[in-house]
Amino acid sequence: MGEEMTGAQSLIRSLENAGVDVMFGIPGGAILPAYDPIYDSKIRHILVRHEQGAGHAATGYAQATGRVGTCIATSGPGATNLVTPIADAQMDSVPMVAITGQVPSSAIGTDAFQEADIRGITMPITKHNYLVTRAVDIPRAIAEAYHIAASGRPGAVLVDVAKDALQEKVNYEWPKNIDLPGYRDHSQPVPQSIRDAAALIAQSVRPVLYVGGGVIKANAHKELRALAELVGAPVVTTLMARGAFPDSHQLHVGMPGMHGSVAAVTSLQKADLLITLGARFDDRVTGKLSTFAPGAKVIHADIDPAEIGKNRHADVPVIGDVRLTMAQLLPAVKAEFAKSQPDLTPWWKQVEGWRTTYPVGYDVPSDGSLSPQYVIERLGKISDPDTIYTAGVGQHQMWASQFISYEKPRTWLNSGGLGTMGYAVPAAMGAKVGAPDTTVWAIDGDGCFQMTNQELVTCAINNIPIKVALINNESLGMVRQWQTLFYNQRYSNTDLHSKRVPDFAKLADAMGCIGLRCERPEDVDKTIEAAMAITDQPVVVDFNVFRDAMVWPMVAAGTSNDDIMIARELAPDWDSQEL
Amino acid sequence: MKTHTLSVLVENQAGVLARVSSLFSRRGYNIEALSVGPTQNSEISRITISVNVEGHALDQVIQQLDKLVNVIDIIELPASTSHQVELILVRVAVANGASDQKKIESVLEKHGAHVVESTATSLTIQQTAKPAEIEALISELTPFGIMELTQSGVVAMGRTITS
Ligand SMILES: Cc1ncc(C[n+]2csc(CCOP(=O)(O)OP(=O)(O)O)c2C)c(N)n1
Repeated sequence: MGEEMTGAQSLIRSLENAGVDVMFGIPGGAILPAYDPIYDSKIRHILVRHEQGAGHAATGYAQATGRVGTCIATSGPGATNLVTPIADAQMDSVPMVAITGQVPSSAIGTDAFQEADIRGITMPITKHNYLVTRAVDIPRAIAEAYHIAASGRPGAVLVDVAKDALQEKVNYEWPKNIDLPGYRDHSQPVPQSIRDAAALIAQSVRPVLYVGGGVIKANAHKELRALAELVGAPVVTTLMARGAFPDSHQLHVGMPGMHGSVAAVTSLQKADLLITLGARFDDRVTGKLSTFAPGAKVIHADIDPAEIGKNRHADVPVIGDVRLTMAQLLPAVKAEFAKSQPDLTPWWKQVEGWRTTYPVGYDVPSDGSLSPQYVIERLGKISDPDTIYTAGVGQHQMWASQFISYEKPRTWLNSGGLGTMGYAVPAAMGAKVGAPDTTVWAIDGDGCFQMTNQELVTCAINNIPIKVALINNESLGMVRQWQTLFYNQRYSNTDLHSKRVPDFAKLADAMGCIGLRCERPEDVDKTIEAAMAITDQPVVVDFNVFRDAMVWPMVAAGTSNDDIMIARELAPDWDSQEL
Repeated sequence: MKTHTLSVLVENQAGVLARVSSLFSRRGYNIEALSVGPTQNSEISRITISVNVEGHALDQVIQQLDKLVNVIDIIELPASTSHQVELILVRVAVANGASDQKKIESVLEKHGAHVVESTATSLTIQQTAKPAEIEALISELTPFGIMELTQSGVVAMGRTITS
């Protein structure tokens, strides 16, 4: 018989046993019993200002550290405020556990005060979820939740606990083993699939390594580098995989997709083999699916069997942990290459042509105003390569992906799948809590920032000195860009009038942070350096930038990657290229 | 499109049916019929789902279902290698008295269906049979005027002997 305690105590003890060291949350009636033992726990609880912030902070923490992130909220509105970050984490396969209080079990179904069926609501946006109505079931639910969140393809798990279960007395027992008969382990690749993949690689003369976020999740960057160097193929890293392979590496040709580099997009289009590693053929990468990489065979390595063939047929599926897959591919490919190794020189000649002719670049505004790309580029140059960057969603996110050189995994955190505005500030807070000795920069848009900036108060009060580079173009820039291109410059509801309203520097100041402003190109370096020098307080730099800057290249939504544009009405000059 | 029968073994827990139907709605798969019930093991229930999809989509349905933590196993049961049975209760109008009743009874005899309630104006009929036979019975009864119909989904079980 275990120690007698309340369900609430057993919840917190279970979280400790699951290895939780920090959680982000806000108390309220239904979860209140759990907040009493939190008071004595060694787990650090960070009181956020909005549950959405708690959820994204848990995600940022998880993405920066590789551990499961935890958030906690009360029933009803507390729980529904977590819906966005839960969906966000699930879409990006981030290991996250959300704990919510629920009304007492006897009141469930009666439309009781602050009742919301959060288990039902989150069913389609979680990997799994629980409603616990008996104290005895708490430790097992928590043990399973952390196991499910972290293993296989990671994801979001919600545990909803009824208030009476928290109040009930129970003998605490942490489960010795986890028994989930329907939860299969797919981490070991089948040897035959490895042999088949190696054989295809040895026949390919135009291979591309199409690298997705799974490589970072699997901590497989070393294996990736070894495999890439062995095969000698061009490497593209998706928005979720930036940093999985060093940007500075000769084999790296950029990010694929809607705002990818011409070299990355075109090498996928012209490839004869896609060596797909922990990626999922997202529509933002493939463009019009039926015209994506038409001549390529596909090796698809993924730990989730449901991803195989979901969007694109896989000639060789390799179901398994991508780190184990690559570790096993290395000797198999070596053995194949010993027999015959294809000559990739002609392929590289083409790829090199695209890379040198169409580097990702930008025009400096002619009116002398500040170029947003320049700000981001300088930030990347001045910061050291360990720096962690988070981004919101929009133009600034794309520029942050394009103009900063990512050299290490877990240095680029963003909302790729769901595209959640408001992600940057709370995710940066979570990342900084997980990696307190690392500089964390949130690169945010003025639109996104106004969704979740209140977490800067949390940062100021809890000594979480993040830095925010606010790319203030006074508008919902990405939407405005689409209006420029596709809606005849009819700027319906995208002007935020946010040059001085709010005054972001003063707002930062009011929230207990240091607020700085930069409006001229010549001040960029010294402003960044001033922000870098502040290490004991959060800093917000309001960069007032040129509002008509656009993200290029671009493959318009729903069109073919072959129709990539490098500027407005400007396609690459394919005729002068050897195709 | 072809109808496929999936036999899905699930943990007998609250919310499992909701998870399965939520998955179908979220992924845009169409359920034709669904039946749930206990198995010989009290901890396991069986959901039999008839789903109308093509080959590749069927594979996706199975893979996505398999990801549900409470789903223990999924077996596709082709009609050729499984027993598939459906149950109906159907109330048919008896408009022209004895002559109609005679005709209906001969249809029932041919199909081996039987009457569970008989009044001057209607017959309530029960039948358990293969889906195709049920369909045939219903179409033969339709001309008389079907007043009410209730139909279970398919329940299915693989054959012990498959040739
Ligand atoms: C929560 C949410 N609402 C709406 C959108 C649609 N959306 C995508 S980008 C964008 C504009 C973002 O503006 P801002 O933060 O200023 O960034 P910018 O594009 O100007 O760099 C909007 C509204 C979204 N992605 N998320």
